Amino acid sequence: MLRTLTNNAVVRRIAAAGLTLLGVAVFVFIMLRAIPGNQITAGLGTEAAALTPAQKLALEAYYGLDQPLAIQFFSWLGNLFTGNLGFSSRAQQSVLDLTVRSLPVTLELAVLSIVLAAAIGIPLGMLSASKPNSARDAVGQVIGLAGLSIPAFLLATTLLSVLASSFGYNPNGQTFATLASDPLLNLQQMLLPAVVLGFGIAAPIMRTTRTAVLEVRSNDFIRTARAKGVPPRRLQVRHVLGNALVPIVTMTGLQFGYLLGGAVVVEQIFSVPGIGRQVLLGIQQKEYALVQSTVLVIALAFVLVNLLTDLTYRLIDPRVRAS
Amino acid sequence: MTGFLETIPVSPRSGNAAHRFRTLARSPSGLGGLIIIGALAVLTLASFFALLPYDPVAQDPPSRLLAPSIEHLFGTDQFGRDVFSRVAAGVANSALIAVVAVAFAAAVGTFAGLVAGFFRGIPDTIIGGVTNVLFAFPPLLLALSLASVFDRNWFTIAVAIAIVYVPIFIRVTRGPVLSLREIDFVKAATSTGQSRTMVMLRHVLPNLTSILIIQVTLSLSWAVLTEASLSFLGLGAPPPTPSLGSMIFEARTLVYLAPWTMLAPGVIVVLLVVGLNLLGDGLRDTLDPRNRGTS
Repeated sequence: MLRTLTNNAVVRRIAAAGLTLLGVAVFVFIMLRAIPGNQITAGLGTEAAALTPAQKLALEAYYGLDQPLAIQFFSWLGNLFTGNLGFSSRAQQSVLDLTVRSLPVTLELAVLSIVLAAAIGIPLGMLSASKPNSARDAVGQVIGLAGLSIPAFLLATTLLSVLASSFGYNPNGQTFATLASDPLLNLQQMLLPAVVLGFGIAAPIMRTTRTAVLEVRSNDFIRTARAKGVPPRRLQVRHVLGNALVPIVTMTGLQFGYLLGGAVVVEQIFSVPGIGRQVLLGIQQKEYALVQSTVLVIALAFVLVNLLTDLTYRLIDPRVRAS
Repeated sequence: MTGFLETIPVSPRSGNAAHRFRTLARSPSGLGGLIIIGALAVLTLASFFALLPYDPVAQDPPSRLLAPSIEHLFGTDQFGRDVFSRVAAGVANSALIAVVAVAFAAAVGTFAGLVAGFFRGIPDTIIGGVTNVLFAFPPLLLALSLASVFDRNWFTIAVAIAIVYVPIFIRVTRGPVLSLREIDFVKAATSTGQSRTMVMLRHVLPNLTSILIIQVTLSLSWAVLTEASLSFLGLGAPPPTPSLGSMIFEARTLVYLAPWTMLAPGVIVVLLVVGLNLLGDGLRDTLDPRNRGTS
């Protein structure tokens, strides 16, 4: 009985994610249509004005622009399902090929950043919460505020120019190495971007941890645990952190999702060929097929990460499982 | 345990504005925020009323890359433009975009959140669906894509940022509205025969003031960061409009030759965001009923 209910909740959550994705596809399609001009003017630039009416009609037929909007939408959607994400004329490659190469790079960067952020943010939050309004709380809060307030592009630019000019250290100046081709160089090239991103994300994780820990500590069961002689360290980790985990996991999952697309600035500064940079390149070169498909892939990844985060609650919180 | 969609307990309005302002100014973060934002507001006003020492876009090649001095407080850049005047104009530009964007997002988001939470049913389903779709994009990426769609000027940038923040206001208002509609004074107002829309606007909306003030302040700080990131990437308002993000981008090759060209806009953008965050924290301590009496 309980099992079927749980399954239903999971199924419902997945169905909702599917519906959201359909909405995302519609939104991206509308955005594509909202762009002044179309694939023809984007491809030819000002030369498009020189087209004869017959040439224009032929090109419209070629791109399918003479079809009704609904048909255009569904043929685009159908293409997506068969893996046809469009073609980048500058790179002379399919968007799928480009994405297959850039997505793992961003994923690696996101994983490194989130690990760094959690390693800084969670202990710092617990430290702050261990003695509210004390000096150590103030230090934690100031670091948190700095993480929230220093723009990633400022930190990245400063780090890059100081290290490169003063110490001649700039691994990102070399051609990008993948994790498979040259792991050592790859990790060096990933380190600075991961530090910049991790610092920014540590702040919300730290604040969430602090609030959640403070709230859990005010519960009766913590006093009971202390009264029955649970050692402080065990109390902190098992009783306090264990119960504070749901908001922390929510925040970490949310930030991981942001990283998949939000790393664009940092990827650009450190020349990391990830998916964010792919979008930016598409925007700069006015390759709309590249932009739209990549944005859609990122949204898909984002929705999947949020779905996984939701399903994780069921593992860590028995109350969610029961309800 | 608070899930992040838990509703904020609402208490009927109490105290007056002057009293609240004093409470805010007494909390360290509130006071810090007020001072920083106050100082930057002066810069903004000076820029709007053309009271800056130099024209922020006027080039003066003979006096390029001058170190900070009495004439040029923050020095000059590679075109001989006064960095102080440019920074002030950049703050004004950021403030304009952030305020317009957040005002738009707050107006649309609050109204949609009110309708969804108060009327439930079909409007709630539709608004919830749109919220989920907009939340499916990482914020900066959505702003970036939207900015690429429009012809870029300060207003379209503001609209792009606004669209990103609408769903946040929907979520922030819908939750409390759900609990407010069940409270006795709202039910009483409905039973006196006022129209549902009237009850929503006269009795529910005013009780969201605290939550909205906090959310607006925090959103302003994100909007400033987003605008700065966009202009750093070259997707902000086109040059020569002074913008803090593009100033930092242009200064990155001059760090050793003329560090002030990077330092001035860098410090100011951080101050602006710190100020807004402090103000938001202070307001939360002052206005959020959960915190009353605890600090």
